[in-house]
Amino acid sequence: MKILVCITNVPDTTAKISFTDNDTKLNKNGVQFIIGPYDDYALARGVELKDQLGGTLTVLHVGEADAEPQIRKALAIGADDAIRVNADPQDSYFVAAQIAHIASQNSYDLILMGRESIDYNSGVVHGLVGEMLGIPSYSPVMKLDLEGSSATITREIDGGKEVLKAPLPLVLGCQEPIAEWKIPNMRGIMTARTKPLNVVEPVSVDDMTAPQTYKLPAPKGACRMIPASEAETLIKLLQTEAKVL
Amino acid sequence: MSVLIYVELDNGSIKKTSLEAVAYGAKVAAQTGGQAVVLALGKAENTELEKAGQYGAAKVLHASEGRLEHENSLAYADVLVQAAGQEGSKIIILSKSGLGDAMAARAAAKLKAGIVSGVTALPETDGGFKVTRAIFTGKAFATTEIKSDVKVLVIRKNAIEVDEAALSGSPAAVEAFQPALRDSDFTASVVSVEKADSELSLTEAAIIVSGGRGMKGPDHWQPLLDLAKALGAATGCSKPVSDLDWRPHHEHIGQTGIKVAPNLYIACGISGAIQHLAGVNGSKCIVVINKDPEAPFFKAADYGIVGDVFEILPKLTEAAKSLK
Repeated sequence: MKILVCITNVPDTTAKISFTDNDTKLNKNGVQFIIGPYDDYALARGVELKDQLGGTLTVLHVGEADAEPQIRKALAIGADDAIRVNADPQDSYFVAAQIAHIASQNSYDLILMGRESIDYNSGVVHGLVGEMLGIPSYSPVMKLDLEGSSATITREIDGGKEVLKAPLPLVLGCQEPIAEWKIPNMRGIMTARTKPLNVVEPVSVDDMTAPQTYKLPAPKGACRMIPASEAETLIKLLQTEAKVL
Repeated sequence: MSVLIYVELDNGSIKKTSLEAVAYGAKVAAQTGGQAVVLALGKAENTELEKAGQYGAAKVLHASEGRLEHENSLAYADVLVQAAGQEGSKIIILSKSGLGDAMAARAAAKLKAGIVSGVTALPETDGGFKVTRAIFTGKAFATTEIKSDVKVLVIRKNAIEVDEAALSGSPAAVEAFQPALRDSDFTASVVSVEKADSELSLTEAAIIVSGGRGMKGPDHWQPLLDLAKALGAATGCSKPVSDLDWRPHHEHIGQTGIKVAPNLYIACGISGAIQHLAGVNGSKCIVVINKDPEAPFFKAADYGIVGDVFEILPKLTEAAKSLK
């Protein structure tokens, strides 16, 4: 079994977001970066499957060198080796093209990643990679089991779930409860230091989009407080003032 | 040049979020000097599909071959690309959902098209094609120009204001569409589908009543359910509540759960952790009921009541019932 897990390097979920350089760059000052929470689920399930079935697990990140602590963490959790495509990606298409390029040189049975990154929330990279490689992609996957060369997948669908049986290779976007997040142990942390982390340059991709500019939402107006003793008046206000009923 | 809009069907009806996408696509078509064409896949009556005309669509392509009845993002993306080819569409619009993102991604890769997901407003089309989308789970916005010839947009709920009372379009012409299906899109077999069809879908709901740990346990949910029923609302919950199994996982709203954007979100006994706020910040109006006046959720709310949810909820339910 050859597994590729793609991870993003994103601000912690509690980070306060602000921008610099005329609103063209994220202000990384004082922001704690983490492996994308959904990618962390993908990684955890990938490690479990590797432990269960044997094989190798490679972790891949498309991004700059400041992600290396997070890549080392993925190695400490159980990946065998890592690849970093050295680039400052501009959009999903670029990231997907890099992943597809790496994948086309190695025949992975399974390409796992989070359902979406928590910075750009697009949720389209798995679909793009699948199509670029000409193999099926499914998301969001809540449960994944392998038997021989086929996978049984439980997907979340609107208001419920669906179970599919599909032949490998596959690209899957993962979410909880596919596995419990893993915390690296001391031995993992020690061995991660010597595991290979290969840095490669990106392949060239046509620019689909121009660099972006950012802005923060307009500040919220004050909350209108209603005394608990007059709670029922809220319904009237929602109807006549907020006009949402 | 036409704008192609994919609409999702639910039991033969066009989803509300998809009708919004039609209205959005019709506006983009007007901006760029083309017509809005809709694609619908699966079983539906012509009288239902014609409705897209009221939202501004000129015609509806309908493919209902047996294999398309079950949702299949791989085959659907193929069909979407074929429809775009037939209609010469350079702009493709879908509404944000698991299916919308999956189809949009695969279609964009086939068409070598720039794709932007999570769009929150109409594009700026004066010189270039600029779109704005929500990022960091709604904590910020990014504006970017799509430079490719074909453009794929996945729009967020409330990306356009639709006044249901003032719809002016006439019924759209429905045309049968016969795509060529590829066997390679049907390699997966469907083992089972579980759908709670009695429940209102959270992503479609106009009103959501949601509960947190302040509800004190799974047996105390009735007052919340009563209010939801009186308002015709869907019900949701915070992460701790679904982690504790007080409520099912598919009700979990937040950063790692479902992101919702209803007109009205009523939070009962939810303190408002930043991860929860990330899942609801697309809501038009937020009401927070909490016994702790310092609960951070009040900072993100439009209306607040400090007090005991178990006393307040029945009062609201009574008032809501007398509305009708």
